[in-house]
Amino acid sequence: MRVVIPDEFKIRFRYPARALGLLGAVLMIVSIFLPWAYGHDALDDMTFWGAPSPLQLFFVVLPVLLGLLLAIPLVGKQRLGALARMVAWNTTAKTAALASLVVVVIATASIAIELGGLVNVDPGAWVALLGGLVAAGSTPFLPDSPEPTLDRLKSPAWVQILGIVAVMAAALFLAAQALSYNDAGSFITFAALLVGLVLVLRQFGVFDWLRVAGRSNNRVLVLSAFVVAFLFPFTQDGKDANMSIAAQVLIFASAALGLNIVVGLAGLLDLGYIAFLGAGAFTAAVLSESAYSHVNWHPPFIVTVIIAGTVSSVLGLIIGAPTLRVSGDYLAIVTLGFGEIFRLTMINLDGNDGPYVTNGSNGISNIPDLNFFGFDFGKAHTILGVDIGRFANYYWLMLLVIGLVILVFTNLNHSRIGRGWVAIREDELAAEAMGVNTFALKLLAFAGGAFLAGVAGAVKAHHDVSVTPDQYVFLESAFLLAAVVLGGMGTVMGVLIGATILKLLPEKLRFFSDYRLLLFGLLLVVMMRFRPEGMIAEERRQLEFHAEDEELAEEVQEELALYHDHLHPERGSFEL
Amino acid sequence: MLEVKDLVVAYGRIQAVKGISFTVEQGQVVTMLGTNGAGKSTTLRTISGLLTPVSGEIWFEGKRLDGVPPHKIVERGIAQSPEGRRLFRQMTVEENLRLGAYTRKDTAGVKEDIDRVYDMFEVLGERRNEKAGLFSGGEQQMLAIGRALMSRPKLLMLDEPSMGLSPIMTQKVMATIADLQSQGTTILLVEQNAQAALSLADRGYVLEVGRITFSDTGKALLGDDRVRKAYLGAD
Repeated sequence: MRVVIPDEFKIRFRYPARALGLLGAVLMIVSIFLPWAYGHDALDDMTFWGAPSPLQLFFVVLPVLLGLLLAIPLVGKQRLGALARMVAWNTTAKTAALASLVVVVIATASIAIELGGLVNVDPGAWVALLGGLVAAGSTPFLPDSPEPTLDRLKSPAWVQILGIVAVMAAALFLAAQALSYNDAGSFITFAALLVGLVLVLRQFGVFDWLRVAGRSNNRVLVLSAFVVAFLFPFTQDGKDANMSIAAQVLIFASAALGLNIVVGLAGLLDLGYIAFLGAGAFTAAVLSESAYSHVNWHPPFIVTVIIAGTVSSVLGLIIGAPTLRVSGDYLAIVTLGFGEIFRLTMINLDGNDGPYVTNGSNGISNIPDLNFFGFDFGKAHTILGVDIGRFANYYWLMLLVIGLVILVFTNLNHSRIGRGWVAIREDELAAEAMGVNTFALKLLAFAGGAFLAGVAGAVKAHHDVSVTPDQYVFLESAFLLAAVVLGGMGTVMGVLIGATILKLLPEKLRFFSDYRLLLFGLLLVVMMRFRPEGMIAEERRQLEFHAEDEELAEEVQEELALYHDHLHPERGSFEL
Repeated sequence: MLEVKDLVVAYGRIQAVKGISFTVEQGQVVTMLGTNGAGKSTTLRTISGLLTPVSGEIWFEGKRLDGVPPHKIVERGIAQSPEGRRLFRQMTVEENLRLGAYTRKDTAGVKEDIDRVYDMFEVLGERRNEKAGLFSGGEQQMLAIGRALMSRPKLLMLDEPSMGLSPIMTQKVMATIADLQSQGTTILLVEQNAQAALSLADRGYVLEVGRITFSDTGKALLGDDRVRKAYLGAD
């Protein structure tokens, strides 16, 4: 339940609320010049007077924003001009205050946990906590502002492009910063800070503005996103651990995007999708020069990739052709079984129980690194004085693959085929009656998704060095599905974010990895309750999930209008 | 144009249609009348290829139609507005119409036909970018008919277009069908609302538990005592 503060309170207390909010902001800003922790080992050493640590400096962005949001409206509506109406000043301040408080609480808790007790929390943190409480306690009494309309702000093209580039650069810088934290406390504090910042900016209307800017400068947006992704290894300077995570995220994400075609576009629930990734990986492993592969044909990698994709999609056709006539739950069960059959088959192709192909449960190891025209993926290179390690090489290769996957995905989505898929997802019988060849399209979704997974699997084989059947268990299918559902079915951006979260969190938070199933389960339940369309909503999906709300809203609106007309017939008809 | 011979359709062991024969001639409106479970919708679905007959033959323009997959049947020129309308509720009016034209590749022609549907049903044109699910039952029926017309069918099959509509809306829908009839569209109409459906019909068939019990011209059936008793509530 939300605590609702009556509007009359908001009017009566608006001046004290603003003053207290400002006081809270000032307290938090001052606090970073005080020590927060007694010992050096907590977070990034917050023991100094007058010299804030990097985390404290990052943190102060939130209270500074809070202060600005509260102070700027004081100059008066006339001087602000159009901005007075375009920005939701008060509502954004409420978000900023709450976000600051949450970050302070997390930081304080981390200090207490890492140093063994609240006694190790120094005055600075208490001042910050007090400031956070004052701000978060007072700002809800500010009157609500209307929704931000920053997207209506007309800006010249160069401003838009500059905005996009600035956001991309900030994203790169912050991502690199987040990855540089290796202890759990710092990482969580920083992550909370980022989430808070994103929420504040969203409330401010920055993302609405960016969406408009992105729409009119689509090429710039896509290009700068890829440039930023390309530059990422340069921020890591040979830190292999982070680059390995990044490469794994990309492999995982491209498989998730393939699954997104099947689940998100065509609406077919596939619970054995990991088998297609596995089929690609095993194909590449068998065709590699590993000593455990008894196949003596080693085609160039580009050929291997195509074969791996083809093998996967043929498997997709074999499993799809008989089962796609059933739908819904039945399809889910059949695909679940197929995933298991794949794993067991790979175990049995060991020379004893079946022909020797995969070396059984030991799998194929010692898969050599890729080598493109003398460029050895296994060796570190130095570019512009920055060490580019083995994993960075694979990261770049995967970037190429994922670019291809995104290209395929968006083109399909906007084609006649894509429209057919969406029709099938919404009402298969009606789609059939309209002349959509439902069976062929479903089969195409299955085979296409499998092909993309096979391609990703081929790179994964070389990246991982070894391929074993136990990497391709049901749990992995579930994780891929979770990435799609969590991020937002049918979207590219959402699935990329979902995949990043699902891969990154367990790597960065070691203690978390023991409970990751529990926590991801909880996360999914919470998401389904509060935001079933995923973090990034596909426009149409959002309606699917909230159609009832919309109908309800219409009813309420109609009733209001009737009521109004009844009370004040002289004022003419009512409009919202 | 359409000829159905000794058609038998079954769901598992239960026969829903037990050997019916009828014809629809070019430019005619043919009404099929019957209570729930008489086999009307089953017959339409079988013609559309959504169900496979146990035995019997369906001929359309001199070619066999049974056994042809549904999307090919739409291409051959038969469109169905299914029972319960079955619109794509989350898609806009325009997207629904575009899906009706899914089998067509002439973009310009599709555009023209969409405008034609908007001319025919003004409310659809005014609210073309709204989701179909937000429309009233009558408006949704208009959209369902419009969507079926988008494939430029030679034969339009309408499955209970008056179902769930108010009497006024039913009148509007029937008037629309009469309009289509005067433009020369061949229509196979399945209805429970006998009065309205028979007065439009060049020919009517009465179905009872999977068999055709009467067939005659629409006017003659309207005057038939047995039909009046069973379907028009006369004493």
